[in-house]
Amino acid sequence: MSTITEQPQAPERNQLMAGRQRAAWLFLTPMLIVLALVAAYPLFLTIWYSFTDASLVHLKDAQWIGFKNYFRSFTTDSGKTVYGGVLMDKAWWGAVWNTVRFGAVSVFLETVLGLAVALVLNANFKGRGLVRAAILIPWAIPTVVSAKLWGWMLNDQLGIINRLFMDLGLIHQKIAWAADADYSMIAVVAVDTWKTLPFMALLILAGLQQVPGDVYEAASIDGVHPVKVFWKVTLPLIRPALMVAVIFRLLDALRIFDLVYILTPNSSQTKTMSVIARENLFDFDKFAYGSAESTILFLFLLILVTLYVKLGRVNLAGGN
Amino acid sequence: MKTAWYKTAAFYAFVAFIIVQAVFPFYYAIITSFKSGAALFEITYLPTSFSLENYQQVLFGGNGTFLQNLWNSLWVASITVILALFLAVTAAYSLSRVKFKGRGLLLMTILAVSMFPQVAVLAGLFQVIQSMGIYNTDWSLIFSYMIFTLPFTVWVLTTFMRDLPIELEEAAIVDGASPWVIITKIFMPLMWPALVTTGLLAFISAWNEYLFALTFTASNNAARTVPVGIALLSGSTDHEIPWGLIMAASVIVTIPLVVLVLIFQRKIVSGLTAGGVKG
Repeated sequence: MSTITEQPQAPERNQLMAGRQRAAWLFLTPMLIVLALVAAYPLFLTIWYSFTDASLVHLKDAQWIGFKNYFRSFTTDSGKTVYGGVLMDKAWWGAVWNTVRFGAVSVFLETVLGLAVALVLNANFKGRGLVRAAILIPWAIPTVVSAKLWGWMLNDQLGIINRLFMDLGLIHQKIAWAADADYSMIAVVAVDTWKTLPFMALLILAGLQQVPGDVYEAASIDGVHPVKVFWKVTLPLIRPALMVAVIFRLLDALRIFDLVYILTPNSSQTKTMSVIARENLFDFDKFAYGSAESTILFLFLLILVTLYVKLGRVNLAGGN
Repeated sequence: MKTAWYKTAAFYAFVAFIIVQAVFPFYYAIITSFKSGAALFEITYLPTSFSLENYQQVLFGGNGTFLQNLWNSLWVASITVILALFLAVTAAYSLSRVKFKGRGLLLMTILAVSMFPQVAVLAGLFQVIQSMGIYNTDWSLIFSYMIFTLPFTVWVLTTFMRDLPIELEEAAIVDGASPWVIITKIFMPLMWPALVTTGLLAFISAWNEYLFALTFTASNNAARTVPVGIALLSGSTDHEIPWGLIMAASVIVTIPLVVLVLIFQRKIVSGLTAGGVKG
């Protein structure tokens, strides 16, 4: 008797499965509705606005104007052709260049330094827990606070960084790190690297801890040089974790807003795509134009992720 | 095999450098916040004076908006976390334990939302928030923060639930338990560690958010959160930036986070890696 009740018959099992699937969709619906309201629909609206003449105060009666926010040309009475739109906008291309430059340099630095820190944390030494706790502090500090704090430390007259560098003999006169056009990008990259290094290091460390210890033992017995072990064994084994960490950091870096906006306000050398888009949306009363810029940034990141995942054969879903 | 002494020394020097670069800026914010008047203009590595003037002024001076900002941040972040966790627990159950068509696609879509550039939805969200009538209120933030807290909590809880033993659930199904009973009676008691970790991480990201807060509440003094409050502190005087006040405010905003992070260190690391490596 008992064996029969424990194993439901086929139709019963199907019924059970169907019931579970119904429940599953019921449970998913509230979450999906919220995501549709905060993500899908606003994204659709932004794209729609980019094809209109919307302005901040006239959102409701925005008129469709096609691609004119992206590209337009008209001929003046004197016969000269004038081009306009985001795609012909020097300020926009400057922001694109700043964003790409910032993303490439900061993610490269964060990866290399993160790997170094992760290798240290993976070694067995006294006080490892303390170091791991300490490196989390920059990550815990809100971005706005880090921007202000570093703005203070990088101040030309009162900043401790100038004092430290002069004490060490690295520089001979005080530098306005955040305000000087030549240095503002360095300042932004440095602060971002400082802030996100913990995240990178911890993700890479998680990958390192998956590497079985006997691989190293075997290499050590065979007398393989540690540097060679790193390149031939460690790096290939942590590659999946590294690839995922890099794409996450890269996406974060390419949409950067707050650090740049607060640390180096008004610097055309550091203005990123997100910063310029927000300025047009809310400060310069060019809502439709800012929407077009936001749309381009979205497409840019979408293409980048797709290429990265396809070319790098990244398994973002982690084994599923 | 004995390691050469200079290699050990170099290793510990690097360790020391890692610690100093991580800790020093926050330490410097603290010693600055205790300086006032002329002491602010002397650059020192060690604390020289101890005055609570900046704290007093930032908390109780002026029109007292900073306390209001603190309260707003606490309220917004807490409600955001509660709502996100509530929506995410049932969703994560469906995504991790029930096989249905389109599950993989759904998971990838949720992951894609967490990769969104915030500015891409900013224009659309502005319109949605205005037509909902919640512009310049705390609800605009609680609502918009779902875009990053919800995908994150769903992902981490899904990974966590996937690893729970299947036998528990099978036994419950045989006993005739409904999915709702399975979630509340069987999984919830096992999920507290995961809920605390994801909740904490979601809390931190909501507490730190700046772009939405600046856009949706900046013009209403009473609805601002602390990041916006601190960012605007500098604007109060044109010629002189009140560094002492800014550092005091920064320390107040950061101390609770640093304490939480140090207490939950291990859990946070596992939560970050679950949310990062797997999505």
